[in-house]
Amino acid sequence: MNTEIFGVITMYVLMVLLAIPLGRYIAKVFEGQRTWLDPVLNPLDKLFFKLSGVKPEKEMNWKQHMLALLTINLVWFLFSMFVLMNMSWLPLNPDANPSMSADLAFNTTVSFISNTNLQHYSGESGVSYLGQLVLMLFQFISAAAGIAVCAVVFNAMKERTTEKLGNFYSYFVKSCTRILLPLSIIVAIILAFNGMPMTFKGKETFISLQGDTVNVSRGPAAAMVAIKQLGTNGGGFFGANSAHPLENPNYLTNMVENICIILIPIALVFSLGHILKRKKLAWMIFGVMTVGFLMFLIPSIYFEMKGNPSITHLGIAQNLGSMEGKEVRFGSAASAYWGITTTVTSNGSVNAMHDSFTPLTGMFAMLGMMINSFYGGVGVGYLNFYIYIIIAVFISGLMVGRTPEFLGKKIEAKEMKIATIIALLHTFLILAFTALSSHLYVGDPKTYAGWLNNPGNHGFSEMLYEYTSSSANNGSGFEGLGDGVPFWNITCGLVMIIARYLPIIGPVAIAGILAKKKYVPETAGTLKTDTLTFGIMVLAVIMIVAALSFFPALSLGPIGEYFH
Amino acid sequence: MKQNILPAIRLTIMTIIFFCVVYTAFIWVIAQAAPANGNGETISVNGKIVGYALEGQSFTQDKYFWSRPSAVNYNAAGSAGSNKGPTNPDYLKDVQSRIDSFLVHNPEVKKENIPSELVTASGSGLDPDISPDGAFIQVARIAKTRNISEEKLRALINEHIEKPLFGLFGPSKINVLKLNITLDKLN
Repeated sequence: MNTEIFGVITMYVLMVLLAIPLGRYIAKVFEGQRTWLDPVLNPLDKLFFKLSGVKPEKEMNWKQHMLALLTINLVWFLFSMFVLMNMSWLPLNPDANPSMSADLAFNTTVSFISNTNLQHYSGESGVSYLGQLVLMLFQFISAAAGIAVCAVVFNAMKERTTEKLGNFYSYFVKSCTRILLPLSIIVAIILAFNGMPMTFKGKETFISLQGDTVNVSRGPAAAMVAIKQLGTNGGGFFGANSAHPLENPNYLTNMVENICIILIPIALVFSLGHILKRKKLAWMIFGVMTVGFLMFLIPSIYFEMKGNPSITHLGIAQNLGSMEGKEVRFGSAASAYWGITTTVTSNGSVNAMHDSFTPLTGMFAMLGMMINSFYGGVGVGYLNFYIYIIIAVFISGLMVGRTPEFLGKKIEAKEMKIATIIALLHTFLILAFTALSSHLYVGDPKTYAGWLNNPGNHGFSEMLYEYTSSSANNGSGFEGLGDGVPFWNITCGLVMIIARYLPIIGPVAIAGILAKKKYVPETAGTLKTDTLTFGIMVLAVIMIVAALSFFPALSLGPIGEYFH
Repeated sequence: MKQNILPAIRLTIMTIIFFCVVYTAFIWVIAQAAPANGNGETISVNGKIVGYALEGQSFTQDKYFWSRPSAVNYNAAGSAGSNKGPTNPDYLKDVQSRIDSFLVHNPEVKKENIPSELVTASGSGLDPDISPDGAFIQVARIAKTRNISEEKLRALINEHIEKPLFGLFGPSKINVLKLNITLDKLN
């Protein structure tokens, strides 16, 4: 078989094989059961709790959870703004990089605390090493916050009636120390030993073989790249992200980094099966997610390997596929695979430039973010999927004339209202802001000429992609967009804030309200949610609610370009 | 809100100390055992650094195997792709002029055999590799410029082909810098 295809299949299989035991382990962590890392990590957790004055055994209801989450995020926001706007004179700045302007610091701060990692700067010249380390900190703690919220929802879905849903700080600290930390250490070591820099020295200068003077940026990359991949963060150390040879040196590191993109999102689905003791439900969710994923993946690999038709027209060989924006050491199949895995999850790191993907691959990358729950971000991906389950339960209930119930809890008007608002919010943010920017551009193409790197349909796609990525908390981009200006910094920042916190609060509220309701044991009349039929129903709801509402916009962008 | 503020601040300080300092230092210490002590591996010729093992550099002279076009001219102080869309007319004109220029410098080559990676920019602008086809197609030019037999050059290329990982995963490739360093030694 073709080694490029075989590499891609192996990555997926390895990832699932790793995700199954990891899911069991994460379930144990959330359930407070013993794990083999306890001897090292119990004292560490206790130290965290003691020095931060947290009582981990104090149970919270859903509102207290959300208050704790929002408060700590506010602290992170202020801290990050201070560092990013002052890093020029703070320590660890060997390349003498400047501080950020207020609007860029706002965008970057929101981007990293919301687990988005949209970057309107380049790592080499836009941040100091201190800035990089602080952004790396957010890659840990924003991911841990997402996982903690997911643990709250899992807890709320158990078969009982309660308001008490565990302690937010406890879930948060354990997600940091027991899930993200051990995995990051392993991955960082693998990366460092494959040649990724882990140094505090500044740029090096040398004369190349041909006589050009070259400066080489380096830095403490290995520590950051590990958590960047694992925490569905995606914010690169270098400007070109994981396409950069120092950020992704060879095919082995590419496999490791790519596996890390979807490892925890999938493991969490299996954790759900263990925690609720409903393995069939977990497999139903995994099945729906996988079908959706493959629907985007297979055509993307096909189109990238087939090559760019416009280049074929120029009469040269495209044996490697479409190579603009891609690296030879990965090839087009692994680049397409990364492109889809990074967009169906909310990772957003790239190993090829998405702006140069063939039109339909670009569309599938956007669709992955528009749906945002085929695996999805760490923790929050499941929350998005949960919304679709609630809607599917309700519609199915209406169709067969039964009271809509999910896991023994009645779904009523209040929950449905929340679910519908959250489902439509994402669509609204993307389309409204794309409409705004398009309106401005069309009204005055001269003033805004710096925005678009490509004309016609593709230029529209650049704007559509940027807001889709912001609203999905993804962070990848059609990077030709001239986005380092106040308009894009501020509007994308606003979209990221709204799209991070409301889609967390919504599902947690639903789960919290349901947890308080009376538990009704399953009877013969209950709608079964762990069946193939219901899986198809969820997929249909996702396709109708998410995919179809974006169809007109996609027609103006990538579909129009394809038929050009 | 009030009862959350103090724990939030203290917990944030704890995570700063733990991740920015302890975790980072731990990885840094381990990286001291990695190649080049985690400083990035360099390649030297006659005691002088001529490049980074992982990063590509610009080769445009006829006597060297050319590397891929780069949106940042291989200046590794930054990194970027062209971000040109696949149907952008200006972009396609650029590719066409690269093809024309390739044919001028390699008159023996037929257009339909030019591998696309030699006329398209990489994602990072620092791609260290080309495909084996991309090297073989430059043999005639280099043989003429350097007065070396084509067989010798083909043998040199064959030595430098890096096979897929474990022979199973990913594409074959050639590191252009390493190839050109040994090429210089042939004369």
